Amino acid sequence: MTTTESNDLEVPAVVPDPNAVSVVINGKQFTARKGDLIIKAAEDAGAYIPRFCYHERMSPVGMCRMCLVEVDTGRGPALMPSCMFPVAPGMVVSTESPVAKAAQEGIIELLLANHPLDCPVCDKGGECPLQDQSFSHGPGESRYIEEKRHYEKPIPISDLVFLDRERCILCDRCTRFADEVAGDALIHFTSRGNTTQVNTFPDEPFSSYFSGNTVQICPVGALTAKPYRFKARPWDLQEAESTCTTCSVGCRTAVQSSRDEVLRYQGVDSDPVNWGWLCDKGRFGFESIASDDRLTTPLVRTAEGHQATSWNSASASAAQLITEAIAAGGASSIAVLGGARGSNEDAFAWARLAHDVIGTSNVSAQLADGLPVGVLGLNRATIDQAASATTIILLAPDLKEELPVLYLRLRDAAVKHRSRIIEFAPKASGLTRYAWRTVFYEPGSQADAVGAALAQDDIGAQLAKGDVVIVVGRANLAESSAPTIAALQALTTALPGAAVLPALRRGNVMGAIGVGMRPGKGGLDSRGILNAAADGKIECLILVGADPLADVPDADLARRALAGARRLIAVDTFINQSSKLADVVFPAAAYAEKAGTTTNIEGRVTTLAHKVTVTGTSRPDWMIAADLALRLGTDLGFTNIDDVTAAIAANVDGFESMTAEALAASPNGVLCVPVAVEPVIAPAVVLADRNAYDFRLVVSRKLYDQAIGTATSPSLATLATGGAVYVHPLDIARVGSAIGASVKVSTSKATIVLPLAADDAVQRGSAWIPFNQHGANPGDLIDAAAAVTDVRIESL
Amino acid sequence: MSRLSEDNVRIAQEIIGRYPRARSATIPLLHLAQQQDGYVTNEAIRHIGELVGATSAEVLGTATFYEMFKFEPVGKYLVNICRTMSCALMGGDELMHHAEHTLGIKAGSTTPDGLITLEHAECQAACTEAPTLQVNYRYRFRVTPETFDALIEDLRAGRLDSEIPPHGTVARIRQRIPADRGVGAVAPEDVTTAPAWMPAPEAAK
Repeated sequence: MTTTESNDLEVPAVVPDPNAVSVVINGKQFTARKGDLIIKAAEDAGAYIPRFCYHERMSPVGMCRMCLVEVDTGRGPALMPSCMFPVAPGMVVSTESPVAKAAQEGIIELLLANHPLDCPVCDKGGECPLQDQSFSHGPGESRYIEEKRHYEKPIPISDLVFLDRERCILCDRCTRFADEVAGDALIHFTSRGNTTQVNTFPDEPFSSYFSGNTVQICPVGALTAKPYRFKARPWDLQEAESTCTTCSVGCRTAVQSSRDEVLRYQGVDSDPVNWGWLCDKGRFGFESIASDDRLTTPLVRTAEGHQATSWNSASASAAQLITEAIAAGGASSIAVLGGARGSNEDAFAWARLAHDVIGTSNVSAQLADGLPVGVLGLNRATIDQAASATTIILLAPDLKEELPVLYLRLRDAAVKHRSRIIEFAPKASGLTRYAWRTVFYEPGSQADAVGAALAQDDIGAQLAKGDVVIVVGRANLAESSAPTIAALQALTTALPGAAVLPALRRGNVMGAIGVGMRPGKGGLDSRGILNAAADGKIECLILVGADPLADVPDADLARRALAGARRLIAVDTFINQSSKLADVVFPAAAYAEKAGTTTNIEGRVTTLAHKVTVTGTSRPDWMIAADLALRLGTDLGFTNIDDVTAAIAANVDGFESMTAEALAASPNGVLCVPVAVEPVIAPAVVLADRNAYDFRLVVSRKLYDQAIGTATSPSLATLATGGAVYVHPLDIARVGSAIGASVKVSTSKATIVLPLAADDAVQRGSAWIPFNQHGANPGDLIDAAAAVTDVRIESL
Repeated sequence: MSRLSEDNVRIAQEIIGRYPRARSATIPLLHLAQQQDGYVTNEAIRHIGELVGATSAEVLGTATFYEMFKFEPVGKYLVNICRTMSCALMGGDELMHHAEHTLGIKAGSTTPDGLITLEHAECQAACTEAPTLQVNYRYRFRVTPETFDALIEDLRAGRLDSEIPPHGTVARIRQRIPADRGVGAVAPEDVTTAPAWMPAPEAAK
């Protein structure tokens, strides 16, 4: 034989994909990705392997053995749990061989041996993986005739979640979630052995902010959520995909309703945002939609107080108030606050009404508790970028309390060693445990703290290692935004390549500011508006889903502003402290009662679903704005929600990509980051020295507070902790009062009385009061004009 | 009954120092708690959680796996009578019956004076000496009703105090490893070089 020498033209060699792994699944060749588990590769290849414990977002544990399949790696076929083994080249997988089927049927039979089979009275019946897979992969019959295991039927493991241990198949999903994802390992397998069960420690309930997720991922009916128990059968539910607007993370949800009532939210796995998780406040806040306290008709103030009226007369009254105000003080004597709680469309219509029809520049979506809008013009980071950055710098409020799912994402980045967190905080936060460095500063001095930290060698070396994302927000409502902005500028100057993720909290605050609910040229910001109103310079104040009396940190300023505004118009879903004072109140359609779009902190625009009929005669905010505009002589040209969405895409800088087609094509939404609106200028921070006998005040929010949405959700309303003044345990002696005793907390402005509590999260020399809780209002102590607040704490 | 005493916290810190991760000390600390109170109290579990950086639920989950940790008060002496095959054939059941009768309690309970807790046990691995029992895990072989009665009398009279310490005592002389004699526990992620016994990559070829 002769060897022929190849004289072929040089064919460019096909570079084999180094991450491709060729396997055979059920007789068919399939190219999987390196590192993929067999269970996932098979699913991608179209062969669904039954499973209970395996969950894509958690590490595999091989607890349930349901995913046994026959795998031949060259040594002959063997049964392997497919969730525990990654694919290997040449692997031959058989998911439906007689041996695999026999194994799967055996597992189902064993799992059902002790399962009570009370499906007819089980909430999970109809959407239960155990039920479904018993039909699809089970033997159909059981040989087990003995008495089943019995436990006390559902026991509460928290205020929101019930556990039925008889139904539990010990898959480790809830306990893994609690430990791995939420970081609150408050449930665990106990009495392991013959009587293994999931349980809490006695008197330490599973009071995680994320407990509702365990109910959603439970593959049987063992975990049920109090707000949904016995409310509906899954086949009676209709669902629509939407976005949660409880905070500004923008988690994707499925809104499920039956008989025109929202009954449940389920998390939807949106890869760039929430990974399927929701916080309990977002998940269970749906109860407020159907609250009996919802506004149903427009109200106008008469001598006898608020009277229900028709939309016609309410709109006419409001238009007249605006016309009178323009006549009395000109267009600039009108101010509009709010818009952050609605959709982009709501905010856009109101921005058009305010800026173009009325002609005022005094518009703000923030309520003196946010950041200058210039921050939004900085190089914006996405959540994904933040969660994969080499270094995450936190100059932000406690994310666990304010943006819980962002906390999950950043926690994940830290515990999986992708990122290191450098935290600057006035008190310990939920992420302090996971931070590589935490720098505590005394409120007001964060710029100094940042400067000192940047000068440290190890921090400098860490920052030089790779990309940096700065998460910025107001960590303390008892100080102005100036010290935070100064610290941010110090960071962005030192790290010009860093991206910024603004941690503003209110649902659609980014969208509202982006589409125009921000001060126009020469216009007043929220604090300016409130000051002007307090000075009697505002002829008409319009509140669009804003409740300054509850939201503005400086309570006295808010009270004076609402008293000083000559005319007050409110658009709201509830009668709250502020709308109670309004001359005209328009009932607004709530979440799930209107369609539209919303924008999250990273600028991601996603859709909101209209799932149920509005309460009473309420209308979406944009419709109210369009109606008022028409009465003031301008047709905004909006006849339906799609007109408004299209108008935003056509007219607003940065939002060009949010067309109906783009949104329909991408359930994860489209990124719309507005161009820089105005440069951020760090105002000079003038700090008075703190007296040795004073405490510097930190006021921040807890997840559950007296906010109207929480207060009108019966399941959540009881979870607010109540007000107290917290100091470091070693400072208790300085106060000279016992823990639990009422103490006087005073500034030169006001004195409030609160119980004293100790918490080592609070730094020495500072005092912490949670905002908007039951009891005395710390807002009374806050002066919006001062950089920081110092208080004296004395026993009564 | 309570959290670990001040002295025991000192011992606990020393035990924790022997491990690269504090959590690894969970079981030794549970023994310490059981030695202190005779059983593991909820307060001790909470305290151990604080010491090793775990939640109470995690410590409880670990502790409840082990049969020999007790979570309710037990007597000064825990009497385990074997009921597995060999002992059952050689009169273990009768012995238990006699014990219940003599002590006036059912298996699983404690005499009113808090001295003796009676329990069934599975195989104690002394089948040649059946029937067996253990008092605080100290063997008694070929037990007859008469020797059982004598044993109880001795326990009541305190004649066995030198041989059988109260329930929960792991050792009467505790091993002390001064900090400077410790091996210097290193967490796996902090290990930078291969262990001495591992051949270098080229040598392995």
